[in-house]
Amino acid sequence: MTDSTPQESPDQQTFRKYCREWLQDNLPPAPPVILPQMAIGLMYTEQLDYLVQWQKSAFDAGLVGCDYPRNCGGGGHENYQRIANEEMHKAKTPYFPNVIGLGMAAPTLFYHASDELKQRLLPKLFSAEEIWCQGFSEPGAGSDLASVQTFAEPKPGDDHKWIINGQKVWTSLAHFASWMILLARTDKSDKYNGLSYFVVPIKAALGKGVTVKPLIKASGETGFNEVLFENLEIDDAYRLDEVGKGWQVAMTTLTHERGAGALVMPSAGGQADDDSDSSSISGVGDVLRLARNSYRFGKRAVDDPLIRDQLVKLLIRDEGLSRSMGVHNVDGLREHPSRIPMQGKLAVTELMQDAAALALEIEGASSSLYVADSNAPEKGRWSMGYINSFANTIAAGTSEVQRNILGERVLGMPKSK
Amino acid sequence: MTLPKDFGFSEEASLLKQTSRDFLQNKLPTEKLHQLVADDPDSFRSPVAKWDRELWREMTALGWSTLSIPDSLGGLGMPAVAVAGLVEETSRAALPSPLMSTLQACFVLAACESEHANTALQKILSGQAATLAITDQFGSWDAQDSGVSATPVSDGYRLNGTAWFVQDAAKADFYIVKAKGDEGIGLFSVDAGAAGLNASPDHIVDLTRDQAHIDFSNVEVADSAVLALPGCGVGAMHVAEPAILTLIAADIVGAGEWQLQTTVEYAKTRVQFDHPLGFFQAVKHPLVDLMLLIDQARALVYTAACAIDHEPRHAEKYARMAKAAACEVAAFGSRKSMQLHGGIGYTWECFVQIYFKRQIHNQMLFGDAAYQRTKLADLIIGTA
Repeated sequence: MTDSTPQESPDQQTFRKYCREWLQDNLPPAPPVILPQMAIGLMYTEQLDYLVQWQKSAFDAGLVGCDYPRNCGGGGHENYQRIANEEMHKAKTPYFPNVIGLGMAAPTLFYHASDELKQRLLPKLFSAEEIWCQGFSEPGAGSDLASVQTFAEPKPGDDHKWIINGQKVWTSLAHFASWMILLARTDKSDKYNGLSYFVVPIKAALGKGVTVKPLIKASGETGFNEVLFENLEIDDAYRLDEVGKGWQVAMTTLTHERGAGALVMPSAGGQADDDSDSSSISGVGDVLRLARNSYRFGKRAVDDPLIRDQLVKLLIRDEGLSRSMGVHNVDGLREHPSRIPMQGKLAVTELMQDAAALALEIEGASSSLYVADSNAPEKGRWSMGYINSFANTIAAGTSEVQRNILGERVLGMPKSK
Repeated sequence: MTLPKDFGFSEEASLLKQTSRDFLQNKLPTEKLHQLVADDPDSFRSPVAKWDRELWREMTALGWSTLSIPDSLGGLGMPAVAVAGLVEETSRAALPSPLMSTLQACFVLAACESEHANTALQKILSGQAATLAITDQFGSWDAQDSGVSATPVSDGYRLNGTAWFVQDAAKADFYIVKAKGDEGIGLFSVDAGAAGLNASPDHIVDLTRDQAHIDFSNVEVADSAVLALPGCGVGAMHVAEPAILTLIAADIVGAGEWQLQTTVEYAKTRVQFDHPLGFFQAVKHPLVDLMLLIDQARALVYTAACAIDHEPRHAEKYARMAKAAACEVAAFGSRKSMQLHGGIGYTWECFVQIYFKRQIHNQMLFGDAAYQRTKLADLIIGTA
């Protein structure tokens, strides 16, 4: 499915060939340290350095930011990023570390920042020289994001400065980040129109109004943080779009975070399934492999008819899901412009969760063993993966919020509270 | 070989899908369908096929029943994906017609690759309807099973036994009969009015179809009506099976979309506790889940249809996936459409019951989800 197709232009086909050849020659060596399952779980500098080097080399080769304009570090092409992504997945490269930057900050900057800011920030974002984090959620603002209370007020006597106070939580990568995209309140009297959107140089402000404290996840890993602002002073040049338009800007961020934005996120990391002509998008292929190698309560897991049925159910969902984007791309088959793109986040994260849960069933008694146990199947990948799968069904709008959004924006039902 | 990313769904296929939707909305709006098929709620009424023959004639005049027949034989020569798109639309209208059975018959006849099969295709080109008589009394869809025997006679074969669960039997002009001879399974073309043939209509749940079991008592079949000789029938059925499954899955997806849209519309207008029903997440969320199920099943329908033409070695896998996924749509969509319509949804006068029953029927047709998944487990994982 992922080979070049007649619909690809000659230039795109040439680019695909270039990507494939470059990746053959420049695939990075195995990591010197164990990497977490996803970039947002990065804990140590050694992990980050290895991945930054990889992202930078891919950027230098033109595989990152291909669809962004040249004057902000992009390749100036159309529909090249998808091709680069497919080739990087097939080549089973490591993933990119700057995921918040690539997936959320970059498209938001592209649509809402001044040219000057884009030119200054995007090249180092693409090269991973500057890591990004996201300051959206707060202790009192989770699913109800628009109730954020972190407050930005004009500095008395200086129209070009803002003073920021408040607390952000679940902030992945903040301990490495140079920059944060920040949703803050500028007007306490208007919930939605009282928000404004900033980019904040948090690394430069550490100890000068910014404190980053690690939070420990249910899995035992760190990797996300709370970030405290105490009278942080930032320049008005770091505001995106108008004062009071923060909610609209945040929608651009969230649409891209959920995979339904116009700009394709540069994405690497091999999950391709060698046994099949299509690639699994949820790790279900890996669960099948696990079943072939596992004994469950004394018997081969892959021979258990109920396990087989569960596996097939997930394989069907995986195949249907990965083919549904194809349906969206055919004019005569599209029922609604955002019906399929807006489903992606909900459907993929729930499938990944179900796949991890099935993996634990397949492991039987061994599912009790965690990552530090030398007898744990696949180094405890699934025990930890199942716990971490909740990061995906909760972050970026919980599954419940996603169902509201789909019911309202696609099916047109009235807004729920 | 790889599958084209657009499923091979051409502009022509797109146009056909849109015009067929408009045509059926115009010719058979749901109120008219209800008048046609639900005029008598008595469960013990005699089973009569309720359908609009004139509409069928118009459809055949448009070439709908000959879509997949190659141009060289006089058909429209359109890809399987276009056929699936059309079936989806006819089922969105819950159309009672022999269209799906005739289209499935076209794929079986093509798989026979015989001159006599081409002769049978000519009958379809002349406007006749066909259906498959391929199932035994135990409801087996497996290619090697049959409740009908074929005994060679001087200039052909003699059929005896019973074919069960024959779809739209009263609407068909001829049957494609799967029968067992000494050398194995063969396929035979038998006219509906043949001597020694007796079709007994079943009392079925679905109001939009008819079904029969057909007794064969020394039915003579001439050599010219032997589509696949005994021993060659299983191979032909295996080739045609992905198309049979894909079209029934397309039927389910089309009806499922009607169930979704109709229930969403009700949830927007019916007010309780001062809010339209759709305000409540207990109503909203299951409808979103139904949409997700439909879109995954639909993607698999088009993938399977595309594979039939472009990647036949994977067609069975995708087609069984499509049918299994579609059965989940049928089950969940039917439950939710009736439940979320509340009291009115449980009445005879509400249109919901018509689609509910069609979907129940669709679930079992050519094997339900559990059946397909068992086959898929052997196909993908390997036999246990």
